[in-house]
Amino acid sequence: MNFEEWQSFKGGDWKEEINVRDFIQHNYTPYEGNDEFLAEPTDKTKKLWEKVLQLYQKEKEAKGGVLDIDTKTPSTVDAFEAGYIDKELEEIVGLQTDKPLKRAIMPFGGIRIVEKSCEEYGREVDPEIDKIFHTIRKTHNDGVFDVYTSDIRKARSNKLLTGLPDGYGRGRIIGDYRRVALYGVDALIEDKKQQQEELDVDNFTAEVIEKREQISEQIKALNSLKSMASKYGFDISKPAANAKEAIQWLYFGYLGAIKDQNGAAMSLGRTSSFLDIYIERDLKNGVLTEEKAQELMDHFVMKLRMVRFLRTAEYNELFSGDPIWVTESIGGMGVDGRTLVTKNSYRILHTLTNLGPAPEPNMTILWSTRLPQGFKEFVTGLSIKTSAIQYENDDLMRVSLGDDYGIACCVSPMKIGKQMQFFGARANLAKTLLYAINGGKDEVTGKQVTPMYESIKSEYLDYEEVMQKYDQMMDYVAKTYIKALNAIHYMHDKYSYEALEMALHDKDIVQTMACGIAGLSVAADSLSAIKYAKVKVIRDESGLAVDYEVEGDFPKYGNDDDRVDKIAVDIVKRFIKKLRKYPTYKNSKHTLSILTITSNVVYGKATGNTPDGRKAGEPFGPGANPLHGRDVEGALAVMNSIAKLPFDSAEDGISYTFSITPGTLGKTEKDKITNLVNMLDGYFSQTGHHINVNVFDRELLVDAMEHPEKYPQLTIRVSGYAVKFTSLTREQQLDVINRTIHERI
Amino acid sequence: MEKDIKYYAKVHSIESFGTVDGPGIRFVLFLQGCNLKCKYCHNRDTWDIHLGEFKSLDEIFNKVLRYKNYIYPNGGVTVTGGEPLLQFEFLIEFFKRLKNENIHTCIDTSGIVTINDKIEELIDLTDLFLLDIKHINPQKCKELVGFSNEKELNFARYLSDKGKKMWIRQVIIPGITDDEEDLLKLKEFVSSLKTVEKIEVLPYHQMGKYKWKELGYNYELENVREATEEDIDRVKKVLFCNEKSCK
Repeated sequence: MNFEEWQSFKGGDWKEEINVRDFIQHNYTPYEGNDEFLAEPTDKTKKLWEKVLQLYQKEKEAKGGVLDIDTKTPSTVDAFEAGYIDKELEEIVGLQTDKPLKRAIMPFGGIRIVEKSCEEYGREVDPEIDKIFHTIRKTHNDGVFDVYTSDIRKARSNKLLTGLPDGYGRGRIIGDYRRVALYGVDALIEDKKQQQEELDVDNFTAEVIEKREQISEQIKALNSLKSMASKYGFDISKPAANAKEAIQWLYFGYLGAIKDQNGAAMSLGRTSSFLDIYIERDLKNGVLTEEKAQELMDHFVMKLRMVRFLRTAEYNELFSGDPIWVTESIGGMGVDGRTLVTKNSYRILHTLTNLGPAPEPNMTILWSTRLPQGFKEFVTGLSIKTSAIQYENDDLMRVSLGDDYGIACCVSPMKIGKQMQFFGARANLAKTLLYAINGGKDEVTGKQVTPMYESIKSEYLDYEEVMQKYDQMMDYVAKTYIKALNAIHYMHDKYSYEALEMALHDKDIVQTMACGIAGLSVAADSLSAIKYAKVKVIRDESGLAVDYEVEGDFPKYGNDDDRVDKIAVDIVKRFIKKLRKYPTYKNSKHTLSILTITSNVVYGKATGNTPDGRKAGEPFGPGANPLHGRDVEGALAVMNSIAKLPFDSAEDGISYTFSITPGTLGKTEKDKITNLVNMLDGYFSQTGHHINVNVFDRELLVDAMEHPEKYPQLTIRVSGYAVKFTSLTREQQLDVINRTIHERI
Repeated sequence: MEKDIKYYAKVHSIESFGTVDGPGIRFVLFLQGCNLKCKYCHNRDTWDIHLGEFKSLDEIFNKVLRYKNYIYPNGGVTVTGGEPLLQFEFLIEFFKRLKNENIHTCIDTSGIVTINDKIEELIDLTDLFLLDIKHINPQKCKELVGFSNEKELNFARYLSDKGKKMWIRQVIIPGITDDEEDLLKLKEFVSSLKTVEKIEVLPYHQMGKYKWKELGYNYELENVREATEEDIDRVKKVLFCNEKSCK
């Protein structure tokens, strides 16, 4: 391949094959300086952002916070006419529908959820569409429920398994949107055609046929993408010729994906240093200034802040607000030892200053102890100011994932364009423990949910006996869980295949079955109480264990105490081993995450009294956090506990949400930055995987809860992603405030 | 149970992420027991030597080692309390081990102790002292904390003579420690010391009041207000400015 748009780019394998990493490695400029070069927002940016803020305000005032819905047009890559905020002002264009913040329906995942969402916002799905999706066209949701077994249904309705993507898009797939900019769509289609030919084989098996069909769908999607771009007046069949086009092409790729799919997380990938190559070339050629470069990034980010999906109120309760997880992975080190930080890493982060803090895009720093010091200080300074940044351990992930991976959603790492996951939400391992004690009866309803196991009859719980039964119950949960996920992903591929996102992947990719755990700290503390204190069982008249009395003290997870931390490690290892026993759809690799996002509140609500003394309905700790109030030796003790959880047993990520008051971080601004840098270096060299950093005063949050109007942009990070504080439910707000905010009197 | 005071400490609590008691990230050990009776104390629960928990030298030292990654760059260990110097036998052994690991050591003290051979040995092992000057006026000091300041001023002079680095701390209690004449005396005293790296002016706050009440004690400073930013600015002006400039 050769294109005039590639002028002055250095050669390599990337010219012979689709290979974005190789292009980056040959052409990028590592940046080790500080933030002094950064530019303020231009007038154009300020004007445009003002318009967006006005739209936000209108949206907020609309019923349910939904400005408008197109109830007639099932969304596809090319379903809508071009839409603008203000055509004259926009440097980067493209909206999901024909109007800003207007939401689209995506019924291929499931028509019922679309109907329900419309209803909640006072709208009705067009009768014609309704009819088609009820009587003619089957959906993912229909498919799943056609095959679900009764054990899966019970585990689901009793909240043993929660948040399964059986009625909504699974998401957590990152298209390599950079390919659109680098190669242009025609070259990508050519490549896909080549792949088709490779699949013209004599052993024409179901597997081959399925793959050929998928590639055909991918080619169609790429053609739709071209057509969509042409409505905005762009021909993206050829590579992007300059920085503005590169951003625009890349964004079109992403826009196509979010028009096509309402996925649980629609992440962007690792794009900023790729784009830097184009910006550097233009700067060198004198056709771009720093102000204009920042303007392009500001406008790009504005678009990413306007992504909207139609979702039910129930979904919002589970995950808070309107999460999209437009995760952008920034920084990290290359395997050759050069940093992947570029000036454009700074520019994309600088949008938090130019436009003010926001939860999207989900700014994720791939942290290495070897990152340039200037960059470390720049991002931690921004963290302290905005609380809108999360950090993940590049030194840990680079070992198995190389240097061109990105984070999907909150903590799930994957090689860009070479790997995808089958998202599996999570199993409630605290509830599993209660089921072990009650022989599979639900502690709240008293119903027999699993096959009947022998329950524990003794007055005081015996550790060995509980562990044996817990092991057994975990096995049952693992089996049911994998069955459910296999059904879900078979049907998702069949009825709601992500053709465009997969078109931006290689032909043969790594697939993981991404399972998850909720309630880790509660389960670990409960087992610790049983082992190190005495736990008396309180039973109701039917003999159901409904409460527990703890006599004496016990070690609690989150204090760097091996006695209980080892129990937590054991739970993680035990559960992934159980999962691995059961074969997965497409032989995907079993992985595990310890991440709850904000659903720790909902999981807690559905779980009865636990043997650690936690009362029924009280929230779990989020992700891998200790239960709030249980950690007494300060933040680093918590980090040490969490860092013990083995990444190789939880490769889909281990999430820690850290909140601290500004005064507790240090006395001067400089001290705060130095301390945060050293804290992150320490945590990650201790092999911690992920950390959200929130820096705020408790008083500020209480005030924001009472007077949301004063804090329209207050962003906080909850277990893997950032959210506007004022969009949380009151319950979630209280959870955030009560969750360990580290402060010292 | 009798414990060997060289190898056991009476501990109030541990904070793994201290950032306000010495430079960098500090592992902060709060020791139990105090010889003073400061009316404004925000750790009233650390006074009684009978409370708290014995922890062994091994346990505490091994805990510190778990935080090496965090404290090595520019932090260390700070011992506070209570009055840490009361447990000097333990601290000598503890600090010997820390110095072997090249860990920065710091003690937060009132300095109201008698300097003996052991205390001298401990001072040698300590990189930095946070010296809380209770009150520069001996009479007012006695009223506020139960003791005159004679010993602590001696302690400060001793540190200065020995070349030991110190940060001077002064809690600003409106109407009690912020008298301009006293502050000028304090300034004069501090400038006579050769090893002062920093003067920290700490605003009095009432966040520790609940501890007094919980323990069933009367909080005498009930009617004294918390120090405001303006109070602190005024004090800083007196302490850090001369006719020409501020430092």
